[in-house]
Amino acid sequence: MEAYSDQRERALETTPAAGPHHADHQHQFDSAAQQYDASTLGMWVFLVTEIMFFGGVFTMYVAYRAAYPGAFGHASNHLNLTLGAINTAVLIASSLTMALAVHSSQMGKRSALVTYLLLTMLLGSVFLGIKGVEYAHKFEEGLVPGPGFTYSGPDANQAQLFFSLYFAMTGLHALHMVIGLVLMAVLVLQARKGRYTKLYHTPIEISGLYWHFVDIVWIFLFPLLYLIARHE
Amino acid sequence: MSEHVISIRVYFGIFFVLMALTAVTVGAAMIDLGRLNIVVAMTIAVIKATLVLLYFMHLRYSPRLTWLVVGVAFAWLGILIGLTMVDPLTRMWLRSFVPLAG
Repeated sequence: MEAYSDQRERALETTPAAGPHHADHQHQFDSAAQQYDASTLGMWVFLVTEIMFFGGVFTMYVAYRAAYPGAFGHASNHLNLTLGAINTAVLIASSLTMALAVHSSQMGKRSALVTYLLLTMLLGSVFLGIKGVEYAHKFEEGLVPGPGFTYSGPDANQAQLFFSLYFAMTGLHALHMVIGLVLMAVLVLQARKGRYTKLYHTPIEISGLYWHFVDIVWIFLFPLLYLIARHE
Repeated sequence: MSEHVISIRVYFGIFFVLMALTAVTVGAAMIDLGRLNIVVAMTIAVIKATLVLLYFMHLRYSPRLTWLVVGVAFAWLGILIGLTMVDPLTRMWLRSFVPLAG
């Protein structure tokens, strides 16, 4: 009885669908296009779990803001609107450079791909840097929940709840950005080696999906955290 | 379905619309619209997220199976938030009102 792997080898050799193909086209897929669709769909399914993951925190936010609208408004005005708005712009710009990185890989332009990935990493780092400055201010102002929480406005306990949500939501978001930066560092190293071509650049595409997802989370976090009661 | 290449011009167009909408949402937040403030802010956020999904994430040119997965995700998110809020938002309907907390 021949080994399973031998049978499999032979089956592949004799199956028409497994005929000459690109080295990155794996045997279980009918075509490189099908493989690409399967990979991107898999990433989307992962992003669904991410939507539900962030969804739980957003639900908590909705419930407590509905319960304490006034306290959330006052507490929200302690956030730095200028830095928040600049960070929104920085993150949208990083999504643009990521989209251009994917475009470069589709065109088979290796050096442009590396440049746009590095630009995206730079903008992502700027975002995290600004976020770090904001966090440092909150520590100085005593707005970090816990024993050191010193809040002069009304409803200090409810305001503490707002700041707990602020740190939980922006912290989880920042963690996702750090993971995104690590992913892109790997992509840059691989891209420099010529790992990605016009025919095969799925890792660039699905990392792009991840990065844009993180951008979308911020698109909701910005108005929900920074813009509650600016007209007061 | 094979990959669709979106032109650089479209990417920059979406980028400028997203930047403009960010300015609009900050501007709108400065004006007292009462209960409409949150509606305006969330409407703009949903429009921005939709643009990112459709163009930056290529959803517009993705297989319909992907549309289904994304649609179901947001439906489930709606159930999560909607059904949770059914409880605290209707408690005052009871004669013995029990607030969520405090």
